[in-house]
Amino acid sequence: MEHVIQLPMTKETASKLRAGDQVLLSGVIYSARDAAHERMAEQIEKGIPLPFDLMDAVIYYMGPSPAKPGQVIGSAGPTTAGRMDRWAPQMIALGARGMIGKGKRSREVAEAIREHQGVYLGAIGGAGALLSQHIIKSELIAYEDLGPEAIRKLTVKDFPAVVIIDCEGNDLYVIGRKNYLEQRK
Amino acid sequence: MREIDVSRITEAVKRMCISSNYHLPADIRQAIGTALAREDGSIARGILEQLVENEKMASEREIPICQDTGMACVFLEVGQDVHFTGGNLYDAVHEGVRLGYTEGYLRKSVERDPVRRGNTGDNTPAMITTDIVPGDRLKITVAPKGFGSENMGALKMLKPSAGLEGIKDFILETVEQAGPNPCPPIVVGVGIGGNFDHVALLAKKALLRPVTTRHPDPFYAALEEELLDRINALGIGPQGFGGRTTALGVNIETLPTHIAGMPCAVNISCHVTRHETEVI
Repeated sequence: MEHVIQLPMTKETASKLRAGDQVLLSGVIYSARDAAHERMAEQIEKGIPLPFDLMDAVIYYMGPSPAKPGQVIGSAGPTTAGRMDRWAPQMIALGARGMIGKGKRSREVAEAIREHQGVYLGAIGGAGALLSQHIIKSELIAYEDLGPEAIRKLTVKDFPAVVIIDCEGNDLYVIGRKNYLEQRK
Repeated sequence: MREIDVSRITEAVKRMCISSNYHLPADIRQAIGTALAREDGSIARGILEQLVENEKMASEREIPICQDTGMACVFLEVGQDVHFTGGNLYDAVHEGVRLGYTEGYLRKSVERDPVRRGNTGDNTPAMITTDIVPGDRLKITVAPKGFGSENMGALKMLKPSAGLEGIKDFILETVEQAGPNPCPPIVVGVGIGGNFDHVALLAKKALLRPVTTRHPDPFYAALEEELLDRINALGIGPQGFGGRTTALGVNIETLPTHIAGMPCAVNISCHVTRHETEVI
């Protein structure tokens, strides 16, 4: 099934998505990866407000290459999401509804997605040139000293992704492989 | 004795850092094309088609194929009759990386300290491997390596009693555990033999050989083919969404080893396995 989604990602929208569904996202998402997550977790612990509102937000695990003159952003594909598993359940509990990345997630993350009606989306790893064409605006909003790991507010248009883990606990990595092997028999 | 001014090395490294990140090498392009023709999974075909589109767009617009433009792995085969002038060899390599990653708008992905972190800001230092060989030439290979795939590698000090089956099992287990994380379709670099340190380097060097070639020893050529078939029967597929094309190739390199051991290392690389070579 294909869904055209206008962000932010509400609970109602996220709860309709099922593993394997294609989505096209338009609106605002935020890039954050390892170092930014560590810093956000520190701020949460100290009670310092975060650089963006987590409620119904979609976090893109991504650190872009620099933009050439005239470009909005450089290449901008997903990084391995599992490295953010340590922080993801807390982010989800605080309102973050969606994550875009690639690769396996922990049981704790899948559980948090189920509990809070969130979603884990996959973008094509290694297709950074193609994906960058769907980012129409990029603004560095925090942690500039982290270079590629700084937090960017990105406006996307028809950003293509696929649902990997849905709020019922289905996982495309398990289903997709099983379906393929059964079809092959 | 032939003199080579190190400024030529800086220039070559800079050029290859940029070029290899914009243009996918011919062997990988060919392997993805072959995989697409054989792929029998419908989702998988769609993914492979997008990878082709991505690679073409990057090449035409001269932008990085992937945002992880890697650690710059630089391999030097130095002829023993070469004399370097005009500065230090390694400084010249690092300078080439610094210039290439800055002028080429490539991502700076290197941390100053593994524990205390802190981006160096220019993607240096390069990871340099030097071999001294006969002759008066210098062969430079630049292979930017992303870490999504690098993180999924493994090394095991297998014992001789594990036999060939033990080697096969370890390689297949490593690929199975990696699953979708290293951005399949992957290239599997395998080192067998040597000792703890050399086996890891063998696995990395295996990734420099075009996936369209086979090991010159028929025994290892057959092993490469068998492993590729078995990996592509796992069903992981492009991006891990299911499909035939889990790997584009398996390359094996070997060294003699100790009577008590049979080390094996697996260095996994993604579908953006970059490498470019220049001889000076």
